[in-house]
Amino acid sequence: MICSMKNIICALYLLSSTAMVAQAPSGDLIIRNGTVLTITKGTLEETDILVQKGKITGLGKNLKAPAGIKEIDATGQYIMPGIIDAHSHIAIDAVNEATHPVTSEVKVGDAIDPFDLSIYRALAGGVTTSHAMHGSANAIGGQCQTIKHRYGVLDPSAFKFEGAARTIKFALGENPMRVHGEGRGVQPRTRMGVERVIRDAFQQGLVYKEKWAAYEAEKKKNPNAPAPLYNERNQTMADIIDGKIIIQCHSYRADEILMLLRVLKDFGVKKITFQHVNEGFKVAPELAAFGAMASVFSDWWAYKFEVYYSTAYNATILTRNGVVTSINSDSGELIRHLFHEAAKTQRYGDLSDEEALALITINPARQLGIDTKVGSIETGKDADLAIFSGHPLSIYAIPQVTIVDGIVRFDKAHDPADMRLYIDPQESSPTYYGQEDVEGCMRDTEFMFSHRH
Amino acid sequence: MKKYTIIFCCLLFTFSLIEVKAQQVEKSTYGTFALTNASVETVTKGRLENATVIIRNGIIEAVGSGVAIPPDAKVIDCKDLTIYPGMVDGGTRLGLQEIESISLTQDYDELGELTPEMDALTAVNPNSVLIPVTRVSGVTSVITYPSGGLFPGTAALINLQGYTPEQMYGGFKAIVINFPSTGKRGRYDKRSEEDIKKDGDKAVKKLNDTWERVQTYAAIDSATMGKADYNPELSALVPLLRGEMTAFIEANKESDIMAALKWIKEHKIKAVLTGVAEGWRVADSIALAGIPVITGPIMSMPSRDTDPYDQAYKNAGLMQKAGVKVALRTNEAENVRNLPFNAGFAAAYGMGHDEALKAVTIIPAEIFGVADKIGSIEVGKKANLFVSTGDPFEPSTAIKHLFIDGWNIPMESRQTLLYDEFLHRAPGATPPAVPGKS
Repeated sequence: MICSMKNIICALYLLSSTAMVAQAPSGDLIIRNGTVLTITKGTLEETDILVQKGKITGLGKNLKAPAGIKEIDATGQYIMPGIIDAHSHIAIDAVNEATHPVTSEVKVGDAIDPFDLSIYRALAGGVTTSHAMHGSANAIGGQCQTIKHRYGVLDPSAFKFEGAARTIKFALGENPMRVHGEGRGVQPRTRMGVERVIRDAFQQGLVYKEKWAAYEAEKKKNPNAPAPLYNERNQTMADIIDGKIIIQCHSYRADEILMLLRVLKDFGVKKITFQHVNEGFKVAPELAAFGAMASVFSDWWAYKFEVYYSTAYNATILTRNGVVTSINSDSGELIRHLFHEAAKTQRYGDLSDEEALALITINPARQLGIDTKVGSIETGKDADLAIFSGHPLSIYAIPQVTIVDGIVRFDKAHDPADMRLYIDPQESSPTYYGQEDVEGCMRDTEFMFSHRH
Repeated sequence: MKKYTIIFCCLLFTFSLIEVKAQQVEKSTYGTFALTNASVETVTKGRLENATVIIRNGIIEAVGSGVAIPPDAKVIDCKDLTIYPGMVDGGTRLGLQEIESISLTQDYDELGELTPEMDALTAVNPNSVLIPVTRVSGVTSVITYPSGGLFPGTAALINLQGYTPEQMYGGFKAIVINFPSTGKRGRYDKRSEEDIKKDGDKAVKKLNDTWERVQTYAAIDSATMGKADYNPELSALVPLLRGEMTAFIEANKESDIMAALKWIKEHKIKAVLTGVAEGWRVADSIALAGIPVITGPIMSMPSRDTDPYDQAYKNAGLMQKAGVKVALRTNEAENVRNLPFNAGFAAAYGMGHDEALKAVTIIPAEIFGVADKIGSIEVGKKANLFVSTGDPFEPSTAIKHLFIDGWNIPMESRQTLLYDEFLHRAPGATPPAVPGKS
């Protein structure tokens, strides 16, 4: 691993001296006199936020703080909870295990890349947590990993969000149909096949679960009873049935969303967030009745046929029908301005400031099972905060400081151009890449297709 | 008597239903309009308060306070609202692409390296669902352009209303040139440095060879009084050689921009640089050459890992401050509606609101030679304008009225219709529960 001296210095500048140890570092600081958008408890004017050991320990006017504590003057500025992206593929060096329609045994958490510059760029957009997802190549993909953006820490495992819910990627529609049906000549090639594949996987999980239950019962009578063969794929399906994992399902069309709700009902599975869910607005009452949540794009559509009948009013319709909704990026570019993506719900709909900001804070926190720790500014919660020059829903607001666990990870006033932590030793001059975005849902499957997308 | 009243009421109700039915398809209207009590952001002549704008037969007839309202005018009260000139996107695939992943709905990339005669306007689909989705955001005109190959074709300025290409044509076309790139095509470009250079040299040779052939062809054409052999590729380039048309030259990498500037100077052609992602690195050279720029999208990744995270946000402003004439583009199809937000980001990251507004109104109009027709609210110009609750760059601003070519356009698109239908769906939830298979 070769790091330039300059970057090490940059990293050290940003970090406390404990940066290299595996345990996630945390910090102390006080933010003075800002407008605090708590999300859950209204807006507090001219308010201080005290942070100790990475947690919010005080919220109020003219707070007393320990001597010598780092102080940030936020006069005239806005502080919101660190933004949470419920759908992203940054900070990982593998996305799709596109070798089988069901790969519930693989884990994105095994592929964390602490050197991905996208993490810093996300921080520069106020994003402190993202849901690093498996791609959408398989009907049942791998298990996902919620991470905190502790850019500068070199231990991959230190990025994992402690205590986050386990999540797994499902995918309906064109992507699994193209990858497996068209690309590999195996089911599913149709939306009928997608249902079959998912039902089969659940059925196998159920049989597996029953086998182990029978074994556990048998063992009490006969200590020498042979254990069933351990199978991680089936065990994961059993865990979903047992409610230990939240499904995160890539989906677009109304019919396929209803299909999955029927399948889940049959297997007694309740926890699900539909991802993208461009036609979620068409079945919003059914989603609400099931208790399913939705994580959507602000305005993406028409990039493939299954999103042609979309509307940018999706988030508003879902919210107004009682569905817990978030807005996500699925993009290394878009993740940098999720605050703006949330603001678009005021152009395409009539969400209040608080409702719009909930789409990128407390709502995604609920979808990832981290809402007791992040997603709002309350004492006792993690000090994951984003400071803006103006109201974050204004186009003119510029992120100033981003804080993770009480540590400043982005500071516009101290923002060197080159923030890489790892430099290719064979690279002679900085490479021009153009303005492309490489962090997408179908990464690692390009080799299967001669045509675009 | 009561009975007749009931019958009368029933009849009235029936007629009202028919009336509603007849109005379901809202059409654009034309004629004389008076937009009263408005703030007016003229762009070229400052901001007016409490003003009236009169539109007659497609043209802005009067602007100002104390303007008399013609008796035949349809009056639209714009109290607390602001009138802006319609926004212009300097580079899109609108009308040429319906669904990005389906090649049969893509009409912007013809086979061949040398196809300048491919005319975007001929393939524009006036009934594209994407067009109403775009215009209700206040974008009234766009450049739609072909891509792929060295000379992909001819771009056209179109207004976003009308049912035929002729009704939509905005009076400007340009020859697109993808200037040979010496850089990587992207992160997945696995060519060696040597191969990249070889490919670049080959493309430059092709460009120069083509230009020599055009020169010869133009000479024969002149000598034969327009009777040179049929050659659609070369004859499409003759107007460029003779300075009768403009070239849109796509160049993004620093060295490519510099090479393009040199090439433009050597061949003395009218040119606009497009893309220009790294323009900030050579902004002074571009300004010195006097070549205008169409840049964007603003919401982009920096072109190098060593660049600051916000370099693409700042690029337009840095060039503008260096003296370059800068217009903006989204380079989009289905989300050209994000043009005002791109302008907003450019404004926030250095360009400022006023210059960013110019970069999506009067500046592109000047670059396309149509500043006498669009780009500002002035007497005698086309009525391409929108009325909003405020700054169109702010997401919370609502666009209330829209005029293109003097047509008062309904504020609806398939996306707004879906909103109307599904906000409170009827029937609502499926009772009592979703039927299962078990």
